Amino acid sequence: MLLDLQRTFRNTVAGPTDDAAALVTTPRRLAIYRNNVQKSLVDVLSAAFPVVQRIVGERFFFALARDFAVKHLPDVPHLSVYGAGFPDFISGHAETKTLPYLSDVARLEWLRGEAYFAADALALDPQALAGVPAQSVSALKLQLHPATRLMQSMFPVHRIWAVHQLGDGDIPAVDMSVAESALITRAQYQVTVREIDAADAVFVKACAKGENLEAAASAALATDEGFDLQGALQSHLMNGTFTSFSL
Amino acid sequence: MLQDAPANLSSSSPIPVAAGVGLRLQHMPLLASDADDAPLRAAWLELHSENFLNAGGPRLAMLDEVAVRYPLSCHGVGLSLGSAQGLDAAHLKRLAHLFNRVKPGLISEHLSWSVVDGAYLNDLLPLPYTEETLRVVADNVKHAQDVFGRKLLVENPSSYVQFTASTGPEWEFLSRLVDMSGCGLLLDVNNIYVSATNNGLDAATYLANIPVAAVGEIHLAGHSVDGEGDDQVLIDTHSTYVCDPVWALYAETLRHVGVKPTLMEWDLDVPAFEELQKEAARAQVLMDRAMQGVAHAP
Repeated sequence: MLLDLQRTFRNTVAGPTDDAAALVTTPRRLAIYRNNVQKSLVDVLSAAFPVVQRIVGERFFFALARDFAVKHLPDVPHLSVYGAGFPDFISGHAETKTLPYLSDVARLEWLRGEAYFAADALALDPQALAGVPAQSVSALKLQLHPATRLMQSMFPVHRIWAVHQLGDGDIPAVDMSVAESALITRAQYQVTVREIDAADAVFVKACAKGENLEAAASAALATDEGFDLQGALQSHLMNGTFTSFSL
Repeated sequence: MLQDAPANLSSSSPIPVAAGVGLRLQHMPLLASDADDAPLRAAWLELHSENFLNAGGPRLAMLDEVAVRYPLSCHGVGLSLGSAQGLDAAHLKRLAHLFNRVKPGLISEHLSWSVVDGAYLNDLLPLPYTEETLRVVADNVKHAQDVFGRKLLVENPSSYVQFTASTGPEWEFLSRLVDMSGCGLLLDVNNIYVSATNNGLDAATYLANIPVAAVGEIHLAGHSVDGEGDDQVLIDTHSTYVCDPVWALYAETLRHVGVKPTLMEWDLDVPAFEELQKEAARAQVLMDRAMQGVAHAP
């Protein structure tokens, strides 16, 4: 009985039916609950995807986010993890076809959020790495920091994201023909996003899969024979990409 | 601060019988950056549990700082005590982990529901007050109290509709829930006013029928007014100052229920922390007056 009532109520506040009207004394006020449910979820998405909202405008974003929300209600009550499916929803949406890069921008924003809420860990200390004997270096495996995320895109996803951080002025034009990879992590409590080249992205991906340094480096070299392992490692150590290593 | 196990960061501080302030994310940098020996900006703080259930990051780090200095209570908005399908075991576990981390002086939830068939609606939805609902909520409250190993305060909701299936008033439901589950009550004075006004009930009658011994905490907040005439409805927005009739009802509550820890809530259009301090100070004046009244009684 109560379960039936709750299902009916859900279908009215998050769906198209008015069946709950028969259950209450003031049916018109069901609109208040409908608004609370739908608007609060749109607000969560709007906070998680500010660049997407800026690109498509507030009105279009509201419609898009509400469409997503009623089709994909949260499966947990803590909404810091709500919106994981929004990038895929955008790429499958008929009305965003003219903005093919939009879902990757959403993905980048989502990964930034994941990095913000990820578990704490210390960044790998370069001194510890310096103590590894030369003959063992090729066998060492680098462990990604829990906040590290890799984004590989056919579009200049980092550049698009970055120009939308510049404030309210005119957005500079971006050459959409460039493919980009972005690396997100959180050194201490500050989330950082930086562009990395395609070979470096392959390197990080190989490390994430548990490949050792030699295998990861040769995968990167296969992508770009100019891959500079030393330089890449240095900037990863500076940015906190890794948390530990094993031999 | 970077260990996985959050134990021993703070010991449990009881919530003082004083006016506290709701802990909002935008005020956390201010509260977390105060020196250890700086004067407290509020007698105690109440957090929304669901804001702090992630694995790590700056928000939890700031919470650890705040928890060292302030008595904290944990107020949940997502346990859905009214769910016909029972409580979400994973959510209970996450909450227990948070309580272990911040050692709250009080824990509370709402008389409402928000999830069915695994889909969360992110609102505090109303319940029909029937024998079946009473069994469901009492079982859920007992389940939560077993998991947490302590008493839960249950808050009276604000509502915009009543179910025709209800067989009795909300106050009677709460009274029987206290008897059946051993829970305490978090009496939200604004919610009494909002629900009574919206549903044509008498707030004084509501208050007079509350089991006063069960009340462990009081909430105050502002609401907004929507529509006109017969269409007028009060919306529990927590977006503004407490209105005069709610202040009057609060003074009456202090006389009838006694002086209890009182929290000032403000969730939307959140102003500077100083504004919340001023509202809390207004509540504190009424609490002090009520305490003196008791002391001077013959």
